[in-house]
Amino acid sequence: MSTSNPFAEGTDDIERKRMIGRVFVAICFASTLVGIVALVALIADVLYESWGWVTWEFLTYPPSQVIENFLPGGRGAGIYPALVGSIFLIALTAVFTVFLGVGAAVYLEEYASENWLTSFIEANIANLAGVPSIVYGLLGLAIFVRGMQLGSSLVAGALTLTLLILPIVIVSTQEALRAVPDSQRQAAYGVGATQWQVIRDVVLPRALPGIMTGTILSLSRAIGETAPILMVGAATSLFVAPDGLTSSFSAMPMMIFEWATLPEPEFQHVAAAGIVVLLTILLLMNAVAILIRNRYDPRS
Amino acid sequence: MTANAGGPRTVSKSETDDFRSETEQEDAPLGTPRVADPVIESRDLDVYYGDEQALHGIHMEIPERKVTALIGPSGCGKSTFLRSINRMNDLIEIARVDGELSFHGKNVYDDDVDPVALRRKIGMVFQKPNPFPKSIYDNVAYGLRVQGKADDVDEQVHTALERAALLDEVEDQLDSSGLDLSGGQQQRLCIARAIAPDPEVILMDEPASALDPVATSKIEDLVEELAEEYTVVIVTHNMQQAARISDKTAVFLTGGHLVEFDDTNKIFENPESDRVEDYITGKFG
Repeated sequence: MSTSNPFAEGTDDIERKRMIGRVFVAICFASTLVGIVALVALIADVLYESWGWVTWEFLTYPPSQVIENFLPGGRGAGIYPALVGSIFLIALTAVFTVFLGVGAAVYLEEYASENWLTSFIEANIANLAGVPSIVYGLLGLAIFVRGMQLGSSLVAGALTLTLLILPIVIVSTQEALRAVPDSQRQAAYGVGATQWQVIRDVVLPRALPGIMTGTILSLSRAIGETAPILMVGAATSLFVAPDGLTSSFSAMPMMIFEWATLPEPEFQHVAAAGIVVLLTILLLMNAVAILIRNRYDPRS
Repeated sequence: MTANAGGPRTVSKSETDDFRSETEQEDAPLGTPRVADPVIESRDLDVYYGDEQALHGIHMEIPERKVTALIGPSGCGKSTFLRSINRMNDLIEIARVDGELSFHGKNVYDDDVDPVALRRKIGMVFQKPNPFPKSIYDNVAYGLRVQGKADDVDEQVHTALERAALLDEVEDQLDSSGLDLSGGQQQRLCIARAIAPDPEVILMDEPASALDPVATSKIEDLVEELAEEYTVVIVTHNMQQAARISDKTAVFLTGGHLVEFDDTNKIFENPESDRVEDYITGKFG
């Protein structure tokens, strides 16, 4: 009853190739692990350092040079002015970025004719995305703080951060617009829609999740930036929250930097607590980006 | 004869001389290109994509409230011709048109013709069903809304869905997404969307090529019915389909030449051109 196995020949070779495949998977898995382990270690360390330091008082009081004020039973000290400063800064930046970034991307993608000038502009926008943030800080200092006489104000900081993330927002918006199928545009043109109607009714709604995701992720980058607002002249430690566009302001990264450089070792815990607040806001923003993408995806 | 002599057209003419011997109109197709009541007339129409010429001097008349089929092998220019009727080619930046294409005697390429206004008279259905990610109702209503025909939208949507033979299947789910329908239903939805603003002409670019045989036969029945109200121009790869549903057939052959145009029966039973006969009988293509 012994039937010979017709597939017996050459299995050694197949097994050897399968082995190579397994080694490859192991290398890829290890690469993934490096990133994840580093992130987990960082978060664990920060949480450990800040344990017990992130209190309601920490969120609602201005900073102090005296470490006792941060402790339970102290007079209360914290990150409040920088927290409010960062939120205002990012809200303003969001407004500027959405209008300028989406406007520029829609123009480049939907209206501008394809010629050397538009390709030149597009190539340079991509280049601008790679310019170090300190350079944008210098630009902001020259144009907004000095040139436009805005001083070291909230609006000058927001405009500087807008310049910083604008290229990324333009590029990601262009990609979102490009991902709208031509068949959808043609469907609208086919029933006699004008270009404006096509963009308003078909292109923008379809690209919106991609635009929002790109914008919010860029804003998450902006909220953690220190160098540009340092150049613009944000205060390191400020005792009142900003109350207008032209107020001077502090922001969380500046505050954390300030605490981390103080000599008393306890201030390392305060800095860690600041990082936890910053990271929480960042993660919240990213969560909102994911929610928007899932919620408004017209295909779902 | 034409104002733009000396342009690329002149060059192309000499190249195409070997294709047709000298006649009164050197590119006029074989068959009976003249019809009694033409809605659309193409005179010496050339279309270029960049340096490439996609259509060579097309002469053709499309009769009112009939189905005119455009057939031919891939790359023969039949879709290009279809898209030059409602100026969808305008959306391709490198596309350029010479010659004349008239709708009720008015050259649609004249400077004073707004392509948007033109497309409101000439609706279009595409190869792949392309409903918007909106409700069935909003899909059909879209054309009405962009054209500002906002009165009695409900009634017009129902009429369009009925004419597109879709109303029975979707009557109680008008609010659900058009993307939830089957491929064949989506295509009938697109037809409903095209006819809702009541155009005169409907252009169809291989509307059944992405569908299964049952859905295809529904579309074919629908096309014949639509011809009672509308002028239908349909591009198809499927010769049996052209034979079944069309009144007139235009045969385009490689390189963007209209070789023969006549009553569909004549084309399929006794074409004048040997090349058309070879194509029809499946010897090439």
